[in-house]
Amino acid sequence: MNELLAGLLEAGRLIVTFDADLIEISLRSLQVTLTAVAIASAIGLPLGCWLAVRRFRFRRFVIATLNALMGLPPVVVGLIVYLLLSRAGPFGVFGLLFTPTAMIIAQVIILTPLIASIAHQAIRELWAQYHDLLISMNTTRWQRIATLLWDGRRALLTASLAGFGRGIGEVGAIMIVGGNIDNATRVLTTAISLETGKGNFSLALALGFVLIGLAVVVNLLIHTLSRTEVSGRW
Amino acid sequence: MVTSILPLTVTDAVVRRRGKTLLGPISTTVSDSGLSIVMGPNGAGKTTLLRLLHGMERVSGGGSLQWQIPEEDARALQAFVFQAPIMMRRTALDNVAYPLMTHGVSKKDARARAVEWLERVGLADSAQKQATVLSGGERQKLALARALIRKPEILFLDEPCANLDGRATREFEALLMQAFKEGTRVVMSTHDIGQARRLAEDVWFIHHGHILEQTPAEEFFASPKTSEARAFINGDIVE
Repeated sequence: MNELLAGLLEAGRLIVTFDADLIEISLRSLQVTLTAVAIASAIGLPLGCWLAVRRFRFRRFVIATLNALMGLPPVVVGLIVYLLLSRAGPFGVFGLLFTPTAMIIAQVIILTPLIASIAHQAIRELWAQYHDLLISMNTTRWQRIATLLWDGRRALLTASLAGFGRGIGEVGAIMIVGGNIDNATRVLTTAISLETGKGNFSLALALGFVLIGLAVVVNLLIHTLSRTEVSGRW
Repeated sequence: MVTSILPLTVTDAVVRRRGKTLLGPISTTVSDSGLSIVMGPNGAGKTTLLRLLHGMERVSGGGSLQWQIPEEDARALQAFVFQAPIMMRRTALDNVAYPLMTHGVSKKDARARAVEWLERVGLADSAQKQATVLSGGERQKLALARALIRKPEILFLDEPCANLDGRATREFEALLMQAFKEGTRVVMSTHDIGQARRLAEDVWFIHHGHILEQTPAEEFFASPKTSEARAFINGDIVE
């Protein structure tokens, strides 16, 4: 209990004093994960929608694979991205290893299947509802996809927020490809991991509370801005 | 109208699904004017017939639907009202404007025309409400407005009043008759013999996937030709 209390107090102190290190790593956490969510959503949302609307031969297989990839182990993704980006690897010339860009790349790989899979599920239900109407109205395939993406936007927001939830709390992949370098690639989760290893529990806990607070604030902010959960709206 | 899509000639059309014949073979003509009521017991194929004519069911075998213009163009000049109205997750106004927007009308013009249609069906006050919160009767009127906004030459309705109460049914019928008087060809299925008597110019009686009778309404109700139709009108259970 003492550690928890001390952690809370420490968290309060860090926030109230605008601790420079805390702000820096928090902003980096947000920058990495929000960028990764934006890219993964741009790929995953239309992909999920397309899979719901299109009928093709290996559709079931693709969807099953996508669902399986939702559980992709971040450490393995980190390892693979590490090997691809390392000096000896095929993309070594870009010198991306141990940069925030490498962390974003790893997170996009982790988040895209998750976002696409949830989007597919949501759009499939909407499509079942709209199918006859949109066929009857003689709409083109692109109009159907656009309509489903627009009318399903609130369900799709949930998909993106789930992606954000997974990304902001993820440590395995970004630790490997980012390297947890102070002032360069350290983010909240890797810092927590480091401080815990050093036995610095109150600081680790403080960072943990900040991380949870950050996740809650971002979710509330997006809900408020998009006016979901307001009665009578979808 | 310069070129009408009607009459429609149906030749030996069969609808099969998973090896089961749901409808046909059917050969008939849909004339260029009138208000036809499709009647028959549950599972007779009323819905399948309407969907077939609307081009939503694939014709199996060698049958065909022959409109007066190519089918691609003919499909744009039809509309369909479903038994359970499908409400899009948008405002009532945008639901009605949607068919115009997907067919090249600007958002502003589409909404302006949708307002007129909402007034016509008595839903002007609900324009900014989400369509999904409307009542059953309001939804079906909204669906009718949405179907008519592009001025289809032929309107199919699949038991539109099945879930409506008396007052909502009366309002819906009045709107439908108005559209009919303005020249829309109407083909509608119903269970309600009273409704068929009120509206029908001619009756198609179908049973086990075949059109048994296709006769003017008075003649059908006065002296049905088949024993099944006779039993159906008398309120007996037809199987």
